[in-house]
Amino acid sequence: MADAKAAEIDSRARKKLMFVNRKAPYGTIYALEALEVVLISAAFEQDVSLAFLDDGVYQLMQGQNTTGIGMKNFSPTYKALGDYDVKKLYVEKESLDERGLKPEDLMEITYEDEDADFAEKPSVRVVSRSELTDIMAQQDVLLNF
Amino acid sequence: MSTLHTVNKSPFERSAFISALNHLKPGDAVLMIEDGVVGARKASAFADLLAKAAKSCSVCVLGPDLAARGMGDKDVIQGVKLVDYSGFVDLVTEHDRTQAWL
Repeated sequence: MADAKAAEIDSRARKKLMFVNRKAPYGTIYALEALEVVLISAAFEQDVSLAFLDDGVYQLMQGQNTTGIGMKNFSPTYKALGDYDVKKLYVEKESLDERGLKPEDLMEITYEDEDADFAEKPSVRVVSRSELTDIMAQQDVLLNF
Repeated sequence: MSTLHTVNKSPFERSAFISALNHLKPGDAVLMIEDGVVGARKASAFADLLAKAAKSCSVCVLGPDLAARGMGDKDVIQGVKLVDYSGFVDLVTEHDRTQAWL
């Protein structure tokens, strides 16, 4: 009985949260703020995923170098998300195509799969616009940045 | 299971409006608020796109924001529904989630 009640509370407290990123980094504070909230949500053991579409795909670009603009390069943070159990990073294919980008232009982001002897697995999944629309429709909460 | 999409930016200034329309599922609702209401204007460059969305989704615009910008029900694309603040609340409760496109 107590277990069932605990499980019920757990399922109510653990929601599917998706953070929708649509802006390039550094020009505005949105990308960095999204990362902050992602880490907070992960600390509260929520089922967190991230979507990158429109200019948001630029957040995952490889080789970001901010020394010339006097801002902190926060892109390595995305690579640490796996350690916080955040392992679903969806990138919209149409957004890459429109910008002349390819999946290879993005950072390699992985997580350690504890069910597979801690094998490194990719966190980034390139999906079509219609697939992403379906994934968004499965969320409890959508937070746009 | 359906989603209410709110859009608060003009389609002439930002891509949020078009992005929202590109991620609709049948049965979803779109609500234009704040500067987003300019997208509801008939004969605008986005009228065809909005009319297409209205075929499978409910398309609404917040009346007070429209009025504040000198427009009313005669100025919006046919099929776009004017709602007031309590209509906004109704839309939120009628859908499973809200996605606020920025």
